[in-house]
Amino acid sequence: MSSIIQARDVRKSFGQTPALRGATLSVERGEVLAVMGPSGSGKSTLLHCLAGILTPDAGTVLFNGERLDQLSEARRSGLRRDKFGFVFQFGQLVPELSAEENIALPLLLSGSRRGPALQRARAWFARLGLDGLESRRSGELSGGQAQRVALARALVTQPEVLFADEPTGALDSVTGEHVLNLLTGAAREQGSTVILVTHEARVAAYADREVIVRDGLVSTLTGVNP
Amino acid sequence: MSVPLTLLGLLEREPSHGYDLKRDYDAFFGRGKPLPYGQVYATLGRLARDGKAVAGQAEHGEGPDRKRYEITAAGAQEVERWLSTAAEPEPHLQSVLFAKVVLSLMLNRPADRYLDLQRAAHLQRMRELTDLKQRGTMIDTLLADHGLYHLEADLRWIDHAAARLSVLATEVRG
Repeated sequence: MSSIIQARDVRKSFGQTPALRGATLSVERGEVLAVMGPSGSGKSTLLHCLAGILTPDAGTVLFNGERLDQLSEARRSGLRRDKFGFVFQFGQLVPELSAEENIALPLLLSGSRRGPALQRARAWFARLGLDGLESRRSGELSGGQAQRVALARALVTQPEVLFADEPTGALDSVTGEHVLNLLTGAAREQGSTVILVTHEARVAAYADREVIVRDGLVSTLTGVNP
Repeated sequence: MSVPLTLLGLLEREPSHGYDLKRDYDAFFGRGKPLPYGQVYATLGRLARDGKAVAGQAEHGEGPDRKRYEITAAGAQEVERWLSTAAEPEPHLQSVLFAKVVLSLMLNRPADRYLDLQRAAHLQRMRELTDLKQRGTMIDTLLADHGLYHLEADLRWIDHAAARLSVLATEVRG
């Protein structure tokens, strides 16, 4: 395996408060990596830096060998649209759009025509057990259904990396499990790398390996010997 | 896991031979740790001795596997009592994890490192159980979930202990 994302000595503060204090991490292509850590440890900040949403104060972030932290906002935005997918805990669907339009949205933003984009979006409904909900608005979906729509929207462009930040944090355990099975299953099937931020060990157990963020530093558990 | 009470419970469904009981025990409760035939017949013998089950006539020859066992009224009462009583909440306070942490601190060894090792081992086991869930039946899934929730509780304790090591060290070193 080769690295798809590498972070070296990444530092990021919010005002006087340091969130990352020299985080170093390598993510292998095709792996499902869980980023764990208690609240306030810096794990979401790390995800935002790896995804090019935040620019580190110091340190480097490489995506496919290219310095993400040095790209213009326009280039990073394009990268996020075309190469990355995102799933968050809450409120990601555009309420004015139907479920299928929500899923097609990244394709439309990348310049696809409406017909083919909606066709690709519809292919996800059977796969995620959402048949018949194509024209529903987000307010007419249950939490689990909305999260599956958000997952389809994140994966419809076949992103190289799927960033998921507490994707099941707002769901009950059975629904959360269903979403996690679909998320890891679909990502593995299409070869997307997954970076899954969670504070729950049961969620991290769906990953191939895990790292822990503590006080703004990344600690790798695997390979620790007495 | 009480083997005698579980076998007695299986027997309450219908009179059964030892091999039927073993098959059902292994399918529902054994999960990779099948019950030896010897234990099945020894247990049935004790249940019969204690008046909780009776052995019917041997069928087609001799041997323990030819007998069909039936639950008695006393046996059914025992099952009823067992199923309407809460199991003792576990684990007990003196766990191995706790002992290792305290001893590490007393002996000036790196307790945080031990906790990291334990965390990695727990997470590895959780991954294996999650994998089992994804491939198995609903019985596998629920059994794996039972293990996963317990391991998760341990992990929460590990995190909690890791955050309090310095205070604990002061106390145990006196």
